[in-house]
Amino acid sequence: MTNTDAIVTVDNLKMHFPIYRGVIRRRVGAVHAVDGVSFQVKKGETLGLVGESGCGKSTTGRTILQLYKPTAGKVYFKDTELTGLKSEQMRLMRREMQMIFQDPYASLNPRMTVRDIIGEPLVSFGIASGKQIDERVADLLKLVRLNPDYIGRYPHEFSGGQRQRIGIARALAMNPSFIVCDEPISALDVSIQAQVVNLLEELQAEFGLTYLFIAHDLSMVRHISDRVAVMYLGIIVELTDRNELYRNPLHPYTQALLSAIPIADPVFSAARRRQVLEGDVPSPVNPPSGCRFRTRCPIAGPICAEKQPEWREVGPNHYVACHKV
Amino acid sequence: MVDHLLSVQDLETQFKTPEGIVHAVNGVSFDLAEGETLGVVGESGCGKSVTMLSVMRLVQCPPGKIVAGKAMFHGKDLLQLNSEDIRAVRGGQISMVFQDPMTSLNPVMTIGDQLAEPLMLHLNMTKEQANKRSVELLGLVGIPRAEERLKDYPHQYSGGMRQRVMIAMALSCNPQILIADEPTTALDVTIQAQIVELVKRLREELGMAIIWITHDLGVVAGLAQRVIVMYGGFIIEEAEVKELYANPRHPYTLGLIGSLPKIHEESRTKLYSIEGMPPVLYRKPTSCPFAPRCAWVMERCWNENPVLESLNPNHRVACYADTTNGSKHA
Ligand SMILES: Nc1ncnc2c1ncn2[C@@H]1O[C@H](COP(=O)(O)OP(=O)(O)OP(=O)(O)O)[C@@H](O)[C@H]1O
Ligand SMILES: Nc1ncnc2c1ncn2[C@@H]1O[C@H](COP(=O)(O)OP(=O)(O)OP(=O)(O)O)[C@@H](O)[C@H]1O
Ligand code: SF4
Ligand code: SF4
Ligand SMILES: [Mg+2]
Ligand SMILES: [Mg+2]
Repeated sequence: MTNTDAIVTVDNLKMHFPIYRGVIRRRVGAVHAVDGVSFQVKKGETLGLVGESGCGKSTTGRTILQLYKPTAGKVYFKDTELTGLKSEQMRLMRREMQMIFQDPYASLNPRMTVRDIIGEPLVSFGIASGKQIDERVADLLKLVRLNPDYIGRYPHEFSGGQRQRIGIARALAMNPSFIVCDEPISALDVSIQAQVVNLLEELQAEFGLTYLFIAHDLSMVRHISDRVAVMYLGIIVELTDRNELYRNPLHPYTQALLSAIPIADPVFSAARRRQVLEGDVPSPVNPPSGCRFRTRCPIAGPICAEKQPEWREVGPNHYVACHKV
Repeated sequence: MVDHLLSVQDLETQFKTPEGIVHAVNGVSFDLAEGETLGVVGESGCGKSVTMLSVMRLVQCPPGKIVAGKAMFHGKDLLQLNSEDIRAVRGGQISMVFQDPMTSLNPVMTIGDQLAEPLMLHLNMTKEQANKRSVELLGLVGIPRAEERLKDYPHQYSGGMRQRVMIAMALSCNPQILIADEPTTALDVTIQAQIVELVKRLREELGMAIIWITHDLGVVAGLAQRVIVMYGGFIIEEAEVKELYANPRHPYTLGLIGSLPKIHEESRTKLYSIEGMPPVLYRKPTSCPFAPRCAWVMERCWNENPVLESLNPNHRVACYADTTNGSKHA
């Protein structure tokens, strides 16, 4: 399953969150947040992960980093199987793998200064101490285009875009090779989003970083990704190169998602025919049998209720799970 | 000269806070024609909501205060109406939909009762008539099995369905103007598309004018006929929708449109980014509010604040530079 140019390999990963009820906290079911996904992230690439709220994007990212213990499946980082590591071994691996969070307001401890926030991993891994920390933090601040004089300030003294830069600086402190970016721009104003995206791209070019970029803004994902995976209700339904995905989407859900993107071009908007999906996403507690998309799929047939479609390579590097493709 | 349904002139609204006076809206003027859809865009805090809340007289006072301006609607200034008259306008001729439907719906009242209430209050319907109309309204906004679903409480509806209910409520008294404040921002793209298509259909069927507030330039492009761009409590550009996207003139609008990834982008190009931060509104600016972030800024911009001027009948802009001749300093 491992591959030389893959930095992360995910093999049939599942993450179910148990639901308990009643006084004796009886287990009554589980949220099938991630329900069997397999993919690889190649060294130096940006893999985009898109899908609607609740489809399991963040859970996938967190489970890869072993922030949750997976229900089933394996995750490899280079040649090491993370899912088999002891916690101390995993702690050491964590230097190589970092995460940037969606909410720049909630993800920084309000009582810590910028020095402590960014320097914390340096201290906990015993990599730097005393003045060295200040120097390294100042360097990191410059790297994310913040004034190094801000080192003693607290998060509330910064704007959303600046806080997101602090989050990025913290993620970069350990010289990681892989970063899960979980909706890093969703909470930011339009004019600030481009600043952060440009920064992420510059850092990637400079340090050869590999990104898993989670988002629901499909136009931004197209911009930043080399390949894109589309998720629906806990599974990946399509994965291919960015241009191929946007030019030639094969899964009915991808097609609907692309046709739902608002496009900032009135002439184009007026001309295009939108395919609007009916209904809502079903509950991940009892996902539909067979193909999970069948309750909203415009071309579903009898087989779709009976059998879960296989994950197949239907063209060069173009993977899709649908009976009708 | 077209007759305007709503004409807002020189509106100014401020908030008194412990840190000082927030100049949220600084002399905003715009017109709305009958049946027209007007988009209002700009980043967080630029005054979109406060502008419309002022027109509806829903700004909380204190700390808020409408310090100047007029909002003419059918020969009357909404800003001068007594509280009873403005309430009648709000429930009837002009209605509003907000971003977060959960905070605007009463969690302990059934959807049916919430729909029926304004009908009985404003249209003097009986309980029975109101119920019948409620079923029709839910059907109108595409909620299946309407009769049963009237008995549900808001938490039993999904986010998209709650927003449909809000729209049904806003339409219940046949308004002439529907003001929608970021009604789809909290929703997923596929649900957002459902709501936008719904509003387009209702607009055709019912013919109301719409003011659609959003920070999403994509949504506006597909829905509005005319667009207002706000920055720091001012309107800095206004144009017919195709004109605005094809020929943006204000440096801020240029930046906003340029910072979006291109639709048919095949190879990665660097996004244009507007440097700096949105403005702080504690002083009413005597210079151009965009000057600290502007790549075209010149001496004059620091001394005077440009007013909106017409480039042509379909396009107004507040800027001293000619951004079409490429004499950018940066
Ligand atoms: N710690 C948890 N305990 C129980 N359920 C969870 C937990 N984390 C996530 N879930 C559930 O798992 C599902 C997937 O959630 P997840 O946060 O991964 O979605 P997402 O795709 O990141 O959505 P969003 O776009 O809203 O961030 C959801 O139904 C969510 O409610
Ligand atoms: N109750 C209040 N007290 C103090 N300041 C306020 C109050 N309400 C609004 N403001 C300020 O008025 C300005 C305009 O706010 P407004 O809500 O109109 O912005 P907006 O353009 O709607 O932004 P968003 O996109 O975030 O909704 C902001 O600077 C805001 O902080
Ligand atoms: S497998 Fe069937 S239901 Fe699923 S996407 Fe394909 S056609 Fe639709
Ligand atoms: S008036 Fe001056 S500062 Fe303001 S937007 Fe135009 S060029 Fe820039
Ligand atoms: Mg998430
Ligand atoms: Mg607002």
